[in-house]
Amino acid sequence: MLTIQTPEAVMFWFLAPLSVVAALGMLLVKKAVHSALLLAWVMITLAIFYIAQDALFLGIVQIVVYTGAVMMLFLFILMLVGVDASDSLTETIRGLRPIAITAALGFGGLLVSLIGRATLGHDAYGLTSANSEGNVQGLAKLLFSTYVWPFEVVSALLITAALGAMVLAHHQRTTERPTQREQAIARFRGASLGSAAGLPNPGVYARHNAVDVPALLPDGSAAPNSISATLKARGDMLDSAQFELGEVDNTVQEEK
Amino acid sequence: MNPYNYLYLSALLFTIGAVGVVVRRNAIVVFMCVELMLNAANLTLVTFSRINGTLDGQVMAFFTMVVAACEVVVGLAIIVAIYRSRRSASVDDASLLKR
Repeated sequence: MLTIQTPEAVMFWFLAPLSVVAALGMLLVKKAVHSALLLAWVMITLAIFYIAQDALFLGIVQIVVYTGAVMMLFLFILMLVGVDASDSLTETIRGLRPIAITAALGFGGLLVSLIGRATLGHDAYGLTSANSEGNVQGLAKLLFSTYVWPFEVVSALLITAALGAMVLAHHQRTTERPTQREQAIARFRGASLGSAAGLPNPGVYARHNAVDVPALLPDGSAAPNSISATLKARGDMLDSAQFELGEVDNTVQEEK
Repeated sequence: MNPYNYLYLSALLFTIGAVGVVVRRNAIVVFMCVELMLNAANLTLVTFSRINGTLDGQVMAFFTMVVAACEVVVGLAIIVAIYRSRRSASVDDASLLKR
């Protein structure tokens, strides 16, 4: 018979609302990176729940595999793909959102009422006897006896997935790589000769010299093509006005 | 408190993940919502393992984690491949079969 101690109940009622709020926030925030961080938080709370439920091994694996490897992979791909219009929350299919929310309320209500009305016919046992030799030892015993066949199949699945990812990520050129001569010709036959000598460098100022400040044109306005379009799209571009020198001090002090 | 509260929590998280899959457009966010659903299912398995007093549920949750890791690797590779050809990570843009 399982009795749940007060500390676990306090932990549950403290962390469960936090994880639900974080999961909801994952739906509602605009930037994908923020979604990834909120999901990492949900996964950490789940790891704490696993450890609280005597699943020590799974709790540690959850932190190592999910919040470590999987979320790192997600963030890596987010950085690779960058920001684009798909981050916006506007509806593209009309009426999708109300339908989705209604369906979710129905589905969630169904699940909750099912759990509320279902009975197992016995009280909760708890894992004290199953974990008597230690959680990892118990899991290993099951994994290499009853579940040894699924374990082998899963290893085949892992190899297949690694190979599949390599095949999908492999990039085959469909056209010949343009030579330097062809690139030069294309530059001079382009729409304007403005970039024939290459695009302008980003701004070089006395107090700031970095790729995120645009260079100035002769009339004092910022040259739009002097910084990367990605920085511009992210809003990481700095204004060059703050680096202007204002009044220039012309008095030279003689050094002795 | 009884351990069934963990089941309620996992039902809620699963539902939230399902809404995310339908509502969001960024393929990576959709994918993260699928991960949330898998995690919610794992919480159910661990809770039932505790309620039934056997470790089988934990072994199944372990297998789910392995399958989820495979799924992430292949899915993200697909997203990168689509992004390379279409310059977009939006699930709405990959609609070539419709036309």
